Amino acid sequence: MTRLTLSRRSFLTGAAVASTAPLAGCFDGVASRDSTIRDVLETANSLTYRVQRMLLGSDDLAREYSPSEIRQPQRPNGTTNPGDVDYRQLAADNFASYRLKISGLVEKPAQFSLDELRAMPSRTQITRHDCVEGWSCIAKWTGVPLAALLDEVRPTAPARFVVFDCFDTMENGFAGPIRYYESIDLADARHPQTILAYGLNDQALPVSNGAPLRVRVERQLGYKMAKYIRKIALVDSLSAYGQGNGGYWEDRGYEWFAGI
Amino acid sequence: MATMSDVDAPKDRGGGDETETETSSRDAGRLVYRQKIATRVTHWIWAITLFFMLLSGLQIFMARPDLYIGQQSGFGFDNSILSIGTVQVGGELQGVTTIFGHQFETTGWLGLVPQGDGMARKSFPGWLTIPGYRDLATGRVVHFFFAWVLVATLLVWLIASIANGHLRELVPTWRDLKRLPRDVADHLRLRFRHDGAYNVLQKLSYAGILFVVLPLIVLTGLTMSPGVVAKFPVLLDLFAGRQTARTIHFALMLCLVAFFLVHILMVVLAGPINELRSIITGWYRTAPEKRR
Repeated sequence: MTRLTLSRRSFLTGAAVASTAPLAGCFDGVASRDSTIRDVLETANSLTYRVQRMLLGSDDLAREYSPSEIRQPQRPNGTTNPGDVDYRQLAADNFASYRLKISGLVEKPAQFSLDELRAMPSRTQITRHDCVEGWSCIAKWTGVPLAALLDEVRPTAPARFVVFDCFDTMENGFAGPIRYYESIDLADARHPQTILAYGLNDQALPVSNGAPLRVRVERQLGYKMAKYIRKIALVDSLSAYGQGNGGYWEDRGYEWFAGI
Repeated sequence: MATMSDVDAPKDRGGGDETETETSSRDAGRLVYRQKIATRVTHWIWAITLFFMLLSGLQIFMARPDLYIGQQSGFGFDNSILSIGTVQVGGELQGVTTIFGHQFETTGWLGLVPQGDGMARKSFPGWLTIPGYRDLATGRVVHFFFAWVLVATLLVWLIASIANGHLRELVPTWRDLKRLPRDVADHLRLRFRHDGAYNVLQKLSYAGILFVVLPLIVLTGLTMSPGVVAKFPVLLDLFAGRQTARTIHFALMLCLVAFFLVHILMVVLAGPINELRSIITGWYRTAPEKRR
């Protein structure tokens, strides 16, 4: 019996290997980031971005769910416990000395402590988190609308993007540690559901989900919603950050616009 | 209205009774201009598009090789209906696919697949995905490019087919449906009419793909977009949640693969040279009812 199973398996394996050989990898060229084919294929994403910006107004909200739809803890993903020294120090005293600095193309650069942010008018929303991998998870997020903070610092006319600099080191590059970063346009930054969340499911935002602050960009995928936010900058170009694609994962081939 | 035009259409002469058979057999062996340019061009664009969408779609699926029912994916509860992974059995790794709670060993094909000289823990073998190795980012770029091509081609086909009359040929009429049992029997005996008109099984499968499967696969795909469902939240209700939409999207893909296999089989059985000529040049050699 055992013998039969084994021979069947090796037959299946052999057949699979044989059929794999001539076909696998025929189209691997599209993965090359600087090929012309890749550039052509990526124009589709610009089209998607433009069409969604045409269709979606600021009053088009992501669906908000009822409390009964919260059926599990928010699944932590990506970095879940940054080992960075500056982060560990802040976490040790429960982020009491944390200051969110907002600078760049603004009239009035400012910084906020967590208590100051918590004292501002807040927004609570039960929304679905969609990961680029394909899974979804519903949770309740509480935070300060990013639009309210932008109103305080007053972006200047050339400002086009909001960049989130994060605490967590993703890998060590030649020029030093590469930390997570992300960016969104002002349309998403000013969207009513875009909040800097400090609360999750009626608790303080835990470290595994991005304490002290994580941005929620409900009409895009999870990798846009930077965790462990260190500082925020308003910029007119994304070229100064990372490899210039607007985010850690964007520098690794993912689309900057993740509304799809 | 469809019935009227169907009766009027001169090419719908394969009624099947003796008189008609004798009349049409005079046309035997004659070349007719069967497939119009729009039909042929869109056919081949779809062939290429669906190939790339299938292989890049399977690449995307590999990032989360589970299908769920509902709004979200169950981590704290179980709502998965399909899952591809591996299990350790007696110190040996096995590829396992779980469908509705039933486990199947799929080593070599799903879960644990050949890669290089050994085996890798991966949902699909390299020849089933673009790229052949794990690369979600590239899979998404390829998938969304061809998604636009697919939708554009569907629209072009729809407008052209309304204009050139092709659409009318595809919609099954009441008379067609009454012929269904005999048509099934004919197909089972591999007896095909070559009179240049679509039989009812052809109409049902082509209309099913073009008016049901393809529109639904586009809509379920859009339901996975967090941007699109902010504009059209009704999609979430229509498909009973984002994760259900993802599951339906996958099931529709299997329908397309099944259609493709039967389509190729029928081309081979019906005479591949003649069929290929008609979908490349448009010219088709009729041989109505010769074998009767």
